[in-house]
Amino acid sequence: MSNATATAKKKGGFLAGTANYLDERVGVAGILKEFGRKVFPDHWSFMLGEVALYSFLVLLLSGTFLTFWFQPSMVPVIYEGSYAPLKGAEMSVAYASTLDISFEIRGGLLFRQVHHWSALLFVAAAGLHMLRVFFTGAFRKPREINWVVGFVLFVLGMAGGFTGYSLPDDLLSGNGLRIIDGMIKGIPYIGAYTSSLLFGGEFPGEAIVARLYSLHIMIVPALILVFVAVHLFMVVIHKHTHYAGPGKRDDNVVGYPLMPVYVAKAGGFFFIVFGVIMLIAATFTINPIWAYGAYDPSPVSAGTQPDWYIGWLDGALRLAPTHLEFMIGDFTLSMNILIPLVVGILFLVVVALYPFIEAWVTGDKREHHVLDRPRNTPVRTAVGAAGITFYAVLWAGASTDLIATHFQLSLNHVLTSMQILLIVGPIAAYIITKRACLALMRKDREIALHGRETGRVVRLPHGEYIEVHEPMDEYELYKLVGYKAYEPMLARPNAKGVITLRSRIRAALSRFYFEDRVVPPTKGEIEAAHDHGKELH
Amino acid sequence: MNNARRNPLAAILVILAGLLVSGGGYAVASNAVTSSTASEVSQETVDAGKKLFLANCASCHGSNAEGGNMGPSLIGVGAASVDFQVGTGRMPAQASGPQVMKKPVQFTEEQTAQLAAYVASLSPGPSIPSEEWVGESALASGDTSKGGELFRINCAMCHNAVGAGGALTDGKFAPRLEGVEAKHIYEAMVIGPQNMPVFNDSNLTPEDKRDIISYLKYVEANPSAGGEELGGLGPVAEGLFVWIFVLGGIVVITIWLGAKSN
Repeated sequence: MSNATATAKKKGGFLAGTANYLDERVGVAGILKEFGRKVFPDHWSFMLGEVALYSFLVLLLSGTFLTFWFQPSMVPVIYEGSYAPLKGAEMSVAYASTLDISFEIRGGLLFRQVHHWSALLFVAAAGLHMLRVFFTGAFRKPREINWVVGFVLFVLGMAGGFTGYSLPDDLLSGNGLRIIDGMIKGIPYIGAYTSSLLFGGEFPGEAIVARLYSLHIMIVPALILVFVAVHLFMVVIHKHTHYAGPGKRDDNVVGYPLMPVYVAKAGGFFFIVFGVIMLIAATFTINPIWAYGAYDPSPVSAGTQPDWYIGWLDGALRLAPTHLEFMIGDFTLSMNILIPLVVGILFLVVVALYPFIEAWVTGDKREHHVLDRPRNTPVRTAVGAAGITFYAVLWAGASTDLIATHFQLSLNHVLTSMQILLIVGPIAAYIITKRACLALMRKDREIALHGRETGRVVRLPHGEYIEVHEPMDEYELYKLVGYKAYEPMLARPNAKGVITLRSRIRAALSRFYFEDRVVPPTKGEIEAAHDHGKELH
Repeated sequence: MNNARRNPLAAILVILAGLLVSGGGYAVASNAVTSSTASEVSQETVDAGKKLFLANCASCHGSNAEGGNMGPSLIGVGAASVDFQVGTGRMPAQASGPQVMKKPVQFTEEQTAQLAAYVASLSPGPSIPSEEWVGESALASGDTSKGGELFRINCAMCHNAVGAGGALTDGKFAPRLEGVEAKHIYEAMVIGPQNMPVFNDSNLTPEDKRDIISYLKYVEANPSAGGEELGGLGPVAEGLFVWIFVLGGIVVITIWLGAKSN
């Protein structure tokens, strides 16, 4: 690098001059050397987190534009803008300024739609990225903490989305806030005080929009930025994981360097994501707040739903059994609100702590940089599938009314089916996924030992018919056998000779995880199988 | 004076007077709402309507429209009810179910008018709204802003804030309002078909009804400024769209980018 700058300096080019200037003052060359040689492996599934990051950048850009015109005030005004069906209507300044952004300000509607679409995309891409990390076991040591950071980012994404959804003060978002208010009030003892504190008095009050605005444009994005920085910093520290393959080990990374390949690729990819968002925002309406009218606590619209990432909580509320309120002294316990709250929080806690749970069960203290194929960890994959099913049923539960009308079903039947599915679905998904993984592993083992069936049937000189099997090449073989099959641990007595409850639970979980397993063929077995095959040829 | 006020008969007189005023007032008001159209149409039309009725409706509604196990009595439902039910294709019903479904209209406008005249001739009932309320010029002069507000207060809880429809209990539903004729919307408010409540003229005045229809027609005629509307179904459609098409499309691009290196 220093040689390059030295020779370039002689030529006296502007770029080289600038580079040299910076290098002598802030040591750009060293930084570039360090970061530019970071290696990233190439796989499509490694770009999902990038999609989330880029959507967040688009959110920041479009959101800044919107802050120039949005006024977070709930002071009533008479609308005199250009949208005819609301002319002369009384509304809050917040809603009127959102209408102005949509109808009076050049590019305002486009940017509102860019902002909202990229918000939906941000959380969706983060969710898909989390699923990739989960199913490939990328959360294992040393990345457990980064999983938690990513989880916090996902929750912050939901928080950012919800606070933004409520800002325009239209009928839809007001209905959404009312549901949140009801949930808060359903918490025993502290509920009413919390609600009063949050709304500055009785719902809806005159403070909530300004408060949500502070959260939405300062606190939440600042936290997201901090956590994104930590998240990326840890990726640099840990280096990126890679899929199993020849030469890919737990102590190396195989891929391309950041400079220049990945910088170009990632930069280009940013513009692709930005382009897709712009295209969608320019052609598809999102959240047509003008159609919903100003918020007024009395009307509640049919088909009121939150944005997709809050949907699973709305679904939990809808699917909770009714008539479960009871009184203890002067306090009403609304179990139909408390059950969804508790179940939702528990679900999130399990998601956040999963890496630690699995690490405890396996007792595996090694570092892992080679990813698992989902089929090679049948129970983890099955637990993931069960979790997805649970989430998906709750999510679908938020649109029971639309499912009923669009498929001409009874709303009551849809609700009951969903309630049953919420319990039965995850169990079925678990069993089916686990069986499918084990079957795929057995197939892999078979292929590793005997090669791929070619469908070519040959008659041998002595009259026997055989089907010719094509042996695997080294690359494919590595993929099929390069995994470790854990064995269940037994509950062992500790130093005092006692088998503790803790160790019993651990043994039971270990059995749950590893009782059914398919051991990869050993080198000896593969060679023996090949020799056997050669005899036949 | 004082003595007269304490007289027990005075209380009775006051109650009587009150009843007369309120009852009489109600009678006048309901007369204003319901008016017979029988006098305006010829006997021929009524007879033709009766023939059509006997051939197509009597099996359920009875040969004198007195009702039966399968269908309600039609005496007093008025021309508006017939015009709505037959004019939107709901009647004659195809099958029993939680709700009678809309389907292609079975009768010509003339036949529908004949049926309406026959049913209206049985007993006075709500009449078909005049052009004064549902004609094009009337709707053009309606106050869409007020109509929108009335719609959100009175209709949105079942029909959704943008008129996209919504679910009710046990398979019943509030239908989508897009593309429904102005007079049918008006009639539905007056007669309250199936699960819909009645919005009589003291509840929503004819001007209010006109404003609501004006609003719906304005929204229908002016597509969303933001582009394709995704069925007006709100966040559910938007969420599905972002997962399937936006994220799905981007994943396809990532696969393409990832494949380039191989």
